[in-house]
Amino acid sequence: MKQLTALQHQARRSNSFRGASLPLDTSADGAIKSPATIFWLALHGLCCLISLVLGFRFSRLVFFLFFCTSSPSATINLYTALQTRLPSSITTSPPAANGTAVAVDGRSRVVVGRHGILIRPWPHPDPAEVMKAHQIIERVQREQRVQYGFKSPRTVIAITPTYVRTFQTLHLTGVMHSLMNVPYNVVWIVVEAGGTTNETAALISKSGLKTVHIGFNARMPILWEDRHKMESQMRVHALRVVREKKLDGIVVFADESNMHSMELFDEIQNVEWIGAVSVGILPHSGGSEGVELSAVSREDNDKNQNSEMPVQGPACNSSNQLVGWHTFNMLPFMERSARYVGDRAVVLPRKLEWAGFILNSRLVWKDVEDKPAWVKDLDVVGREGEDIESPMSFLEDPSAVEPLGSCGRKIMLWWLRVEARADSKFPARWIIDPPLDVTVPAKHTPWPDAPPELPTSVVKVISIPENTEKRVAKRSTRKRSSRSKRKHVPKALDERVSTRHSEDN
Amino acid sequence: MKIWVFALIFYFAFCARIEALKFHKTQQTERISGSAGDVLEDDPVGRLKVFVYELPSKYNKKILQKDPRCLTHMFAAEIYMHRFLLSSPVRTLNPEEADWFYTPVYTTCDLTPNGLPLPFKSPRMMRSAIQLISSNWPYWNRTEGADHFFIVPHDFGACFHYQEEKAIERGILKLLQRATLVQTFGQRNHDCLKDGSITIPPYAPPQKMQTHLIPPSTPRSIFVYFRGLFYDVGNDPEGGYYARGARASVWENFKNNPLFDISTEHPTTYYEDMQRAVFCLCPLGWAPWSPRLVEAVIFGCIPVIIADDIVLPFADAIPWEDIGVFVAEKDVPKLDTILTSIPIEEILRKQRLLANPSMKQAMLFPQPAQSRDAFHQILNGLARKLPHDKSVYLKPGEKILNWTAGPVGDLKPW
Repeated sequence: MKQLTALQHQARRSNSFRGASLPLDTSADGAIKSPATIFWLALHGLCCLISLVLGFRFSRLVFFLFFCTSSPSATINLYTALQTRLPSSITTSPPAANGTAVAVDGRSRVVVGRHGILIRPWPHPDPAEVMKAHQIIERVQREQRVQYGFKSPRTVIAITPTYVRTFQTLHLTGVMHSLMNVPYNVVWIVVEAGGTTNETAALISKSGLKTVHIGFNARMPILWEDRHKMESQMRVHALRVVREKKLDGIVVFADESNMHSMELFDEIQNVEWIGAVSVGILPHSGGSEGVELSAVSREDNDKNQNSEMPVQGPACNSSNQLVGWHTFNMLPFMERSARYVGDRAVVLPRKLEWAGFILNSRLVWKDVEDKPAWVKDLDVVGREGEDIESPMSFLEDPSAVEPLGSCGRKIMLWWLRVEARADSKFPARWIIDPPLDVTVPAKHTPWPDAPPELPTSVVKVISIPENTEKRVAKRSTRKRSSRSKRKHVPKALDERVSTRHSEDN
Repeated sequence: MKIWVFALIFYFAFCARIEALKFHKTQQTERISGSAGDVLEDDPVGRLKVFVYELPSKYNKKILQKDPRCLTHMFAAEIYMHRFLLSSPVRTLNPEEADWFYTPVYTTCDLTPNGLPLPFKSPRMMRSAIQLISSNWPYWNRTEGADHFFIVPHDFGACFHYQEEKAIERGILKLLQRATLVQTFGQRNHDCLKDGSITIPPYAPPQKMQTHLIPPSTPRSIFVYFRGLFYDVGNDPEGGYYARGARASVWENFKNNPLFDISTEHPTTYYEDMQRAVFCLCPLGWAPWSPRLVEAVIFGCIPVIIADDIVLPFADAIPWEDIGVFVAEKDVPKLDTILTSIPIEEILRKQRLLANPSMKQAMLFPQPAQSRDAFHQILNGLARKLPHDKSVYLKPGEKILNWTAGPVGDLKPW
């Protein structure tokens, strides 16, 4: 703006110049202008053009070049980014323009006044440097943990019961990744119902953790109640392995489909003998039924209790001592709970889930002197094949449990049971081999060479494999065991359809 | 005899341990062996004596009464130093035996409604105070102020202006040219930094920072952190003037960089965020110093100082090169390269030095004063300048100072 006014002044001056010269000019036409005015006009035009192109105060540059002696810090940064959109961005201007005070002695490098804003040509992060920065951060955090974290962290022994079925890969990968992120040593004991299988073994070997893969010689039952019982037995079986191998550390019951936060693993380092954490229960809503369920229960319950997440865990009084337990109130859900695995209904937990208990592995050792008196021996419990509902059965004195996570107020663990539908189909090892061709075109395809409407009989036949193909195609390469026969079915149908095509054409 | 010696040693070790526990329980910290030895741990008591002039309350108490905001802004060091000296063991009531003379005049307490100090009356106030002490006591005229010290915590110290050009034009108040100045401003080869001045940190409220401490085990996940202005749109809309263009350069180069958590917001979690960062930027603003340095040191965040030729607080006692990272203003576009190429051992070492509680203590002005805090470091600095050279004592009748020098406006009485 200032420049414009300056130019206007110049223009006015040249006008007055002309005005002054006109009466002097003897020639009446005035067409012949004096060379001075032409020169000024030309200079004016040139200056306008240059400042238009460069976009900054051209006058200052002129002053600087002609009048100022070079100051010691005269680094003329001509990063002429020709982006004239915003005045606040990128343009640079030469340093220490006219008239500003220069710092006293010539010795000083620092000059008062307007400086250029230095911008490098590519002001974006360099991926190699970002990587280095992350390594620095990681090293700093490790150092912090060493200094301010636990002095001698104990090994985390995670016990996970599993068995082969549709969602095994999904759940096991989740637990695996949680355990891989734990900053302490981890021993992962995977107990598999129905004996050890290669698929499970291959999956858990990808973790890079120290794993113990043991088989449990019984197949997982279909009914949820029985499944809960069998899982308890599998966990006790794993504890026996801990005893035999004399594994030292903290035992965590990391069920497959549960969600663990990293703070949980930090908190459990505080456990002395047996601790309890709060477990948030996420009842699985298998579709519209679940939504109905919550809507109904909200009507029923004025106090709005069911809109909060139910929590199982220790209850404390104001002096942070264990006085009782929060358990899950199953009554509202009883009619609609899932009965068998794959049922489309809420899967309910038991009163106190194993996942909420943390044990010191020495509790299950044989012949250890400093074991507290209130713990029963592992062999004694469960000898008769009775159902061990929770680790509380190991204790003679239930008040010996230590509440963790600021006395159960902090929830670091969520319980959930999700299984695929009983009739779910999927290819063996989650690999479609050979890859599918699109041999069954959709009815509304935009492709021009789509065959005409297929006769209805054929449509019916191919509708079923279409569904399975679609579902199969969605699940990208995951490994799966058995049920390999399914693979052949769509292929057979494909062949049939393609023959029909050839017949039609 | 030996038992007593051992007992004494244990007692002192115990005391030292308690001091260390005051801020953080850290095990692995490094001792600051500064350029001048372990000067941070010196005790000034017994090494010097300070006489505090009794000025009429219009120079100090009345001003403070008019505006109590002076107690919390970053220039509050002058007030707290006065209070500290009044009750300190180094104070002496006998001026004949004093090594240093202190004049309690609060020149930085004339605040605008926004809280910024106006320096326009400060030269007159200072001049009036000096006239008073030179006429009522003989000690000023004895040395023309060479054994007097003044605390001038304003932007450019005793130049008494917030704009650098005007401050340079004015220069240091002529009457103070023989006195020792204790100021926050420090820049090499600058008109407003006298030789022999003591640079101090700006005031940062210790209680407020204490209440915002988070557990030291919280992992540091931010790489570089900064909150503040990049462009001062009110005073310098084009940019390039404010901070000599360095802050604008930081913004333009790194606003897209995920490693740099920089913005102009005022979050309520500012202190907590600093404790979660590895590096904290401390670029210059209108003046090269800022309370960010103090905050970075307290919160264990490595300060990245972007201010050419800056003189940092207690530079003769604290090895700032070992603790912080210095980046030249022209190297700002390469800041990410510079920071990521620092070897990790150095970064860890800097963090250990920062974790040292004596480092944090030296930057603070706690009430009541604790040992080895900033008050004591100032006294240490003054003690290091003793004994006064014989030449500072003027012969009777000798005059060096020109009482009428300086801008005409300064000569008006206050």
